[in-house]
Amino acid sequence: MVPLSHYLILSVILFFIGVWGVFTRRNAIVIFMCIELMLNAANLAFITFSRYLDSLDGQVFVFFVMTVAAAEAAVGLGIIIALYRNRETLNVDDINLMKW
Amino acid sequence: MIDYVWLVPAFPLIGVLLNGLAGIRFPKTLTGIIGSAMILLSFLVSCLILAQVLQADPHARVFEILLYRWIPCGDLQVNIGFLVDALSLIMMLTVSGVSFVIHVYSVGYMHDDPGFRRYFTYLNLFVFFMLILVSANSFLLMFIGWEGVGLCSYLLIGFWYQKKAPADAGKKAFIVNRIGDYGFLLAMMLIFVVFGSLDFLPVFQKAPQFFKGGELTVTLITLLLFVGACGKSAQIPLYVWLPDAMEGPTPVSALIHAATMVTAGVYMVARCSALYTLAPLSMQVVAIVGALTAIFTASIAIVANDIKRVLAYSTISQLGYMFLACGVGSFAAGIFHLMTHAFFKALLFLCAGSVMHALSGELDMRKMGGLKSRLPVTYMTFFIACLAIAGIPPFAGFFSKDEILWNAFQKSFLLWAVAAFAAFMTAFYMFRAVFMTFYGTSRMEPEVEHHVHESPPVMTVPLLILAVLSVIGGLVGIPLIPGWNRIHDFLAPVVAGHAAEVAQKVYSGLAFASEGASAAEPLAHHSAGLELLMMGVSVAIGLAGIITAYYLYIRRPELPDKIAGRFKGYYHLLTNKYFVDEIYNALVVEPLKSISTFLWKGLDEQVVDGALVNGSAALVKKASGLLKYVQTGFVQNYALSILFGLAVILYVIMK
Repeated sequence: MVPLSHYLILSVILFFIGVWGVFTRRNAIVIFMCIELMLNAANLAFITFSRYLDSLDGQVFVFFVMTVAAAEAAVGLGIIIALYRNRETLNVDDINLMKW
Repeated sequence: MIDYVWLVPAFPLIGVLLNGLAGIRFPKTLTGIIGSAMILLSFLVSCLILAQVLQADPHARVFEILLYRWIPCGDLQVNIGFLVDALSLIMMLTVSGVSFVIHVYSVGYMHDDPGFRRYFTYLNLFVFFMLILVSANSFLLMFIGWEGVGLCSYLLIGFWYQKKAPADAGKKAFIVNRIGDYGFLLAMMLIFVVFGSLDFLPVFQKAPQFFKGGELTVTLITLLLFVGACGKSAQIPLYVWLPDAMEGPTPVSALIHAATMVTAGVYMVARCSALYTLAPLSMQVVAIVGALTAIFTASIAIVANDIKRVLAYSTISQLGYMFLACGVGSFAAGIFHLMTHAFFKALLFLCAGSVMHALSGELDMRKMGGLKSRLPVTYMTFFIACLAIAGIPPFAGFFSKDEILWNAFQKSFLLWAVAAFAAFMTAFYMFRAVFMTFYGTSRMEPEVEHHVHESPPVMTVPLLILAVLSVIGGLVGIPLIPGWNRIHDFLAPVVAGHAAEVAQKVYSGLAFASEGASAAEPLAHHSAGLELLMMGVSVAIGLAGIITAYYLYIRRPELPDKIAGRFKGYYHLLTNKYFVDEIYNALVVEPLKSISTFLWKGLDEQVVDGALVNGSAALVKKASGLLKYVQTGFVQNYALSILFGLAVILYVIMK
């Protein structure tokens, strides 16, 4: 049986790939995908513990997270499309109206 | 009729309301008639009151009429009320009588002025406040009149406000008067603190119980009151506004700045005689200031060439006499001179107005001359007024002035000498004015000379009325014969009957007291012969002044210039009025200006505006300027800070 630590390490690796992507990539869609990656890393951790602890709570949480992620994807993609129509770019460095 | 004393000030107020609010549709004649008639009604009511008061017992001739309670506030109880006694009656009669004559004259004098209605409204308002001033029963109500006449004086000096000089003169009068009013206010507060009342009768009745005489408090009260009197009655050091006040219309100068308002200070001192007799030091100050003012301003009048300025300085000088009279304890003589002076000085001003009217507004006596036959009525009345002011019997000024000189002589030889020399100068400069204006050859501009004409009857009849008063006005105060000095007896119960004895004591200890004036010797012991002699002396002084003027300006017209050339320095000093205005400018106005400029440019603009208001804004701007760099606009930077925040929170929780 694959030990618990393997799953958790994979989850951490996935999560930090997501974090790294959010901080370094300039394309809004890539950043968005990295956020999804982080969510799914968290999902993996939930499933792992659910299995390890023999409790269904984790599974239930994952369903919630997936629902939220779907909603988020819909809203987020909508925003990105609106953004592209206005600015004709998806480079987040060019989207700096909040700058001083 | 005494109960209806409120009608006396009410009539002019009705005039103000009619002319001021509804008068825009009135024809000029109606405006003039309303203005004059209201004053005439006041005068008639005053006469009726006088008739009734005279029937009362001489020692019970004090009536207080309360209209309603005005300020009920703890200890401070002030009523709107009137005090009818000899003093206020004489003032009411003088004010309303002279005012009526001047109103009639104004109808002619101001006829072509576009501000005719405004003029009569102001003039009626002035009379209203003046009558309030003289008939008030408390210091506070008197102060209202006092301020009111000051306001009207300002409005009427600056009547032709389109020109700079009258507007400036009005402001000067108002501001200088404010200094005096400040003294009056302080005195009033002090009176309330000491006596717990502001009504005249309680204060004057309590005064002898509160003070034995000479205490600091009562001295302070009376000195502060005198500061107020100095401002209103143009005494040294606050006299500077009066000569400038001549920028107003001439009837205004006659009414406000000669006959009535400027005498308010004398009235106030006489009204407070009960307090002054308790403050010997204040009496001396009043007498000395009065005497100094009399001689100081008379010397300026000698060289003045503007006919109205001569009269203005003469007015200040005569007011000095009145204060001298009060200061030596003969308040009745001061009020007597106030009354006769109102007659002849109003007449002099109205004559000057008539001359101006004839000469298209010319004021410079060097450009007059030879008007005697061209303006016969004006000449005759002016001459009578000059005889009156010079103190030639039997004209009005002789009796009052002689009484003052005699009283001064009894108290202090030095004060008498100063006053007598001022009397000589008075006679001299008045007849200098007569000779320069009416005698000699004409020095008028040709086109002015072409238009010379005597004034219409509406102006000359008032001149004649005042001339008659100037002749007979003094007969109410004939000295020496018992019972003939009616005004003195009339006033005696009011103006502190023991004042003369007190004054005798005040001056007996002084170095410059008269030899005969010792406290031990009662007044009655002065022989009638001495008084008669002094009377002769004062007549001689007046005649000497007239003769000197005659010699210098008729017989040897080239002499005055020579004398002026001989005493160049002094002449220069006199023509520039001792540089008093310049000194005040340098000592008071300029420092005030620089302080104000400092407060404006330095304190307000630099500190308040600069450091406090703009400074705090600049500080916020600077700080936010530094903080703004946090807002990079890079989404990832924000995400990074969220991460850091999360890390910190996690660390704190997990620790």
